[in-house]
Amino acid sequence: MGLKQKLHTLKEKYKGTKMAPAFNALHTFLYLPNETTHGGTHIKVADDLKRTMNIVIMALVPCLIFGMFNAGYQHYAALDSTLRNAPLENFFTWDNFIMGCWTVLPLVIVSYGVGLLIEFIFAVIKGHEVEEGYLVTGMLVPLIVPVDIPLWMLAVAVAFGVVIGKEVFGGTGMNILNPALTIRAFLFFAYPTWMSGDKVWVHGAVERQKEILAGANVDAISGETILGSYAQNQEVVYSLWDMFWGFIPGSVGETSKLLIIVGAFILIFTKIGSWRIIFSTLVGALVMGLIFNGVVSAGWIGESSKFFGLMNVPFWQHLIIGSILFGAVYMATDPVTASQTNKGKWIYGFLIGFISILIRVFNPAYPEGVFLAILLMNVFAPTIDHYVIQGNIKRRAKRLKVKTA
Amino acid sequence: MALLSKKERGLILDPLADNNPITIQVLGICSALAITAQLKPSIVMAISVLFVMGVGNVVISLMRNIIPSKIRIIVQLIVVATLVIIVDQVLKAFAYELSKELSVFIGLIITNCIIMGRFEAFALGNGVWRSFLDGIGNAAGYGVILIIVGFFRELLGSGTLFGFAVLGDPVEKTGLYAIGYENNGFMVLPPMALIVVGIIIWVQRSRNKALIEEN
Repeated sequence: MGLKQKLHTLKEKYKGTKMAPAFNALHTFLYLPNETTHGGTHIKVADDLKRTMNIVIMALVPCLIFGMFNAGYQHYAALDSTLRNAPLENFFTWDNFIMGCWTVLPLVIVSYGVGLLIEFIFAVIKGHEVEEGYLVTGMLVPLIVPVDIPLWMLAVAVAFGVVIGKEVFGGTGMNILNPALTIRAFLFFAYPTWMSGDKVWVHGAVERQKEILAGANVDAISGETILGSYAQNQEVVYSLWDMFWGFIPGSVGETSKLLIIVGAFILIFTKIGSWRIIFSTLVGALVMGLIFNGVVSAGWIGESSKFFGLMNVPFWQHLIIGSILFGAVYMATDPVTASQTNKGKWIYGFLIGFISILIRVFNPAYPEGVFLAILLMNVFAPTIDHYVIQGNIKRRAKRLKVKTA
Repeated sequence: MALLSKKERGLILDPLADNNPITIQVLGICSALAITAQLKPSIVMAISVLFVMGVGNVVISLMRNIIPSKIRIIVQLIVVATLVIIVDQVLKAFAYELSKELSVFIGLIITNCIIMGRFEAFALGNGVWRSFLDGIGNAAGYGVILIIVGFFRELLGSGTLFGFAVLGDPVEKTGLYAIGYENNGFMVLPPMALIVVGIIIWVQRSRNKALIEEN
């Protein structure tokens, strides 16, 4: 008797009991159900919710693996800065990967463990099937937090995000806000010292800081992100190619722009991510960047201004620093919280990009504004849709009048 | 002989649970968000509102037959304003630090929708004793929520209760902080008060399904 059959009999055994959704979820997560619908009136499509989620996860896996290497690389490079002279040779090493596994895998395990536990509890209480919505969220969460975030904080935030961000609205498909970003926002406002600054992005920097405070005679490790450096008008030490390949400190999975672009093509090709949203987000960011560049070249703002550093960044570079690309590809395109109409998607995406760069430049307390911009537009997405649809109705009514008149 | 008849007991007890002004009628939210970051101001606010509502309801009830209905709102406002000024002056005299902490929010009791609501809905049409009970009951229902929210927000946000460090010292790293615990900065921000009130509403409605509105 194979595993599939065992799971099936287990499921049959618990049919109708309180725990049935849990067993059913385990069975259908791993295999196709034993009984499929027969007869002629059903629509059969290949992309059910689970498969959709799985493709997003596949698009995220390169980012995760790269993030593991990067976690190790940033750790060792912070100890020995000569490694940065030849990043390509020193990046894909076993040492880096093992260090990455050691630091990143616990984040993944905590994220999935806590999130799925809550999903199971709610499914059992409410007596519905376990929903797959957490599969993607659980993968996104470890990718958008700093590598050294304490695990209990992550657990608290995941519990908050899943319950308040999703379950209170009725579960997968009913949420207003993107749950992964709700989790990040919670972490950001609850524990700001662990979500910003120049220490949390590199594994070991916080520990080292404590040792120094305790009197140990060692060098401090600094892992300032590029946005952090710009916000303080400091020199940025990373080259543009470093930023593009992703050999820079940052949240775990958002550093490699190349792999995010690869992920974007996977999502667009499989028609799971909306190219309209991705494209218009980037356009919005570029427009805002251009406006700031214009302000600088018009001489309205001097070098003494604290906004000068970020305003002076060439507009296209905004796309490869910070996490705007990651947000545009994996977060803004979330089909539940984004606008549904095509015209709405253009407006929604454009405003995300526009507001992201606005927050990035004007709010040094929040060096990255992408998650706030997306959450804000999540709230406005239904409003945008409403006006787009009303506009359509009005236009057609007018056309009808002309015809009948 | 019971001190309170069954109906009179209901006047006091209903607002505490199934007809709570904050969680069921969703009134008086603004002050619930503004001053509940700590427990002490929450309690002072609760007591202030208790005083204003108890006395206010009695005064309005006494005058209910001589107030011309065209100007009743103005009369009600004068009564509330007088009582609020008394509270404000007492706080300034005897608890200056607290009154600074609560700042404008004592004055803003005037605009607390619960108070005007009870004047309009109850005191204008009921006797003195019942109006008094109704005022006390609603103010207590308001206060209970304030204190619950204040308790969680101060405990989780600052790690203290009434200003005492109950979870240990965050700077010296004693108590819970020694094992890596940290205060939740989000709890101190007003949005979290809204979420805590929301959770209370959620818990209350899932315990008593009759409270869930049909839509």
